[in-house]
Amino acid sequence: MSRVLALHLGLVALLLAMHFVLPAYHHGNLARVMVLACYAIGFNILFGYTGLLSLGHALFFAAGMYGMGLAITQLGAAPAPALLAGLIAGLVVAGITGALALRTVGVAFMIVTLMFAQAGYLTILYFGDITHGDEGFVIQPAQRVLWGLDLSDPSWRYLAAWALFSACLIASLALVRHPFGRTLTAIRENEERARLLGYDVALRKWVAVVISGGISALSGAAYGLLFGYAGASFASVQYSIFPLLWVLLGGAGTVLGPFIGTLFMFYLIDLTSGITTAYMLLAGVVLVLLTLFAPQGLVGEVRRRGWGWLP
Amino acid sequence: MELGPYLVLATLEGAVMAAVLALTACGLSLVFGVMRVVNVAHGEFFMLGAVFAWWIASHIGGAPAWGFVAALILAPLIVGAIAAAADMTVLRRIDYDPERTIVATIGLLYILQQATLMTYGPDARPVEAPFNTRIAIPWVEWTEAGWALYWPWGVATTSYKMFVIAAAVAVLAGLWGLMTRTRIGLLMRATQLDRDMALAFGIPVERVYALVFGLGAGLAALAAVLIVPIQQAHYLMGHDPLLLSFIVVIIGGLGSLPGTILAAILIGLTDSLVSVFFSPTLAKILATLLVALVLVFRPQGLFGSRAS
Repeated sequence: MSRVLALHLGLVALLLAMHFVLPAYHHGNLARVMVLACYAIGFNILFGYTGLLSLGHALFFAAGMYGMGLAITQLGAAPAPALLAGLIAGLVVAGITGALALRTVGVAFMIVTLMFAQAGYLTILYFGDITHGDEGFVIQPAQRVLWGLDLSDPSWRYLAAWALFSACLIASLALVRHPFGRTLTAIRENEERARLLGYDVALRKWVAVVISGGISALSGAAYGLLFGYAGASFASVQYSIFPLLWVLLGGAGTVLGPFIGTLFMFYLIDLTSGITTAYMLLAGVVLVLLTLFAPQGLVGEVRRRGWGWLP
Repeated sequence: MELGPYLVLATLEGAVMAAVLALTACGLSLVFGVMRVVNVAHGEFFMLGAVFAWWIASHIGGAPAWGFVAALILAPLIVGAIAAAADMTVLRRIDYDPERTIVATIGLLYILQQATLMTYGPDARPVEAPFNTRIAIPWVEWTEAGWALYWPWGVATTSYKMFVIAAAVAVLAGLWGLMTRTRIGLLMRATQLDRDMALAFGIPVERVYALVFGLGAGLAALAAVLIVPIQQAHYLMGHDPLLLSFIVVIIGGLGSLPGTILAAILIGLTDSLVSVFFSPTLAKILATLLVALVLVFRPQGLFGSRAS
């Protein structure tokens, strides 16, 4: 128990220390990675722990981003209520789509979530006069001052990203060790048996979708606020595939996996895009190789090869 | 100007789209029906068909018709071979597990798409149609002298578009014959019904799977070769056919070929007619939501019967 806590708090402390030592370029990258890792953490709760593969998580990410962004640009909200608006938008969207999509199982669930996300993406394009479609809109630095902290400043931005990531990481650790999280794992392992033991499987799956969607939305809202931009590309299929890629690479069903996967993939794509515009080729190759040779991911492999106590 | 001629025109355009869509969606449906896997890379096989068509046509001199005919035969074969190779190297190794297959074909999607971007480039390139005579569409009008035939201005189609429809019908008829009248069709249907029993009767199920995967991709490529003289070849062109094929296959009932063809006609025609009156984006939103709700509330498809 204590070594688990020590490992995760150690990572949190290490990331805080990085704030003081990293050069500007990597400092900025790591801030991005931490916010995106929250998205992966949200995805992992549904995919890794509950065993439900959604191909439409960009819907929740974008719901958070646009809930936040439109609250600022259309209603003139302050950042804190705007973040809350993004979170609520994500929870509502996840609640509704989850209730519908969970009536299906397996491949149909994937396609239904994919279709909902596609409808969401097209809806953003359809309301182009307020969302500006693919071009997106910029959130001005003056509108990004949260409690007196200017989030357009790289330092505060990093610290805000760090605070959000730490909260999400610890929350996900607490969730999977909580009895509720354990029943989610039980559902993943054997849904029939979980039902037989008297758990309300349908309700628990729905709550998992809502928690997962909520964290993803929070990450989307924070991403828009910290980096000052919201665009329809964040709602596209590609952004539904990214968290799957990160979580698979890092290790589905591990608490650290989402961060490790996001970090590795971010730098792999960063390096490749310096060489060619076809950087998504790498994402494709990694996906195929992972399904073929390492379905457990990096942290999953570490857990399998000795560190069995990793949560 | 009356609405009538425009509706005729929209119906004809819709019929061309329905023809291409029927071919693409039948490929997806065949793969799902026999192998029980969803091929997310299907749209990229469509795109590869168009790109190979351009490549073949630009390497064969002489009249444009020769290049087109060569593309029509060679492009689906090349794409089918690529797909069969992907099946043997990737899908077979993960034992056609439905969820892992989706992840693997997503990877395949990006590999094919981005490899095309690296080699073929980001430009859209046309293939010349072998023939392209303009056919004006007549319309009847009541004049003082009685019903009279006239040709409204701007309402016309081309002979090539009519050829696309005829070719799609011919190919689909051929596919129907292949599935119902030949030995290989029998093997495919046997594998579809019961994989283990087929294996027990000595059917080389793995080879059937590779063939079906290649055949499905080949159908998509064939549809793309037919459409490329109308639409240009581009590395991102696989996205819309994939989405529309999904819609068609789901509405038609997963894995049922007659249902798929019926749904392709329905979707092709309504999409084109709805686009006359509403914004195409709104039409797409409604179509995707319809598909999601069909899967939620009527998973056997609108035309399917509840399977056991």
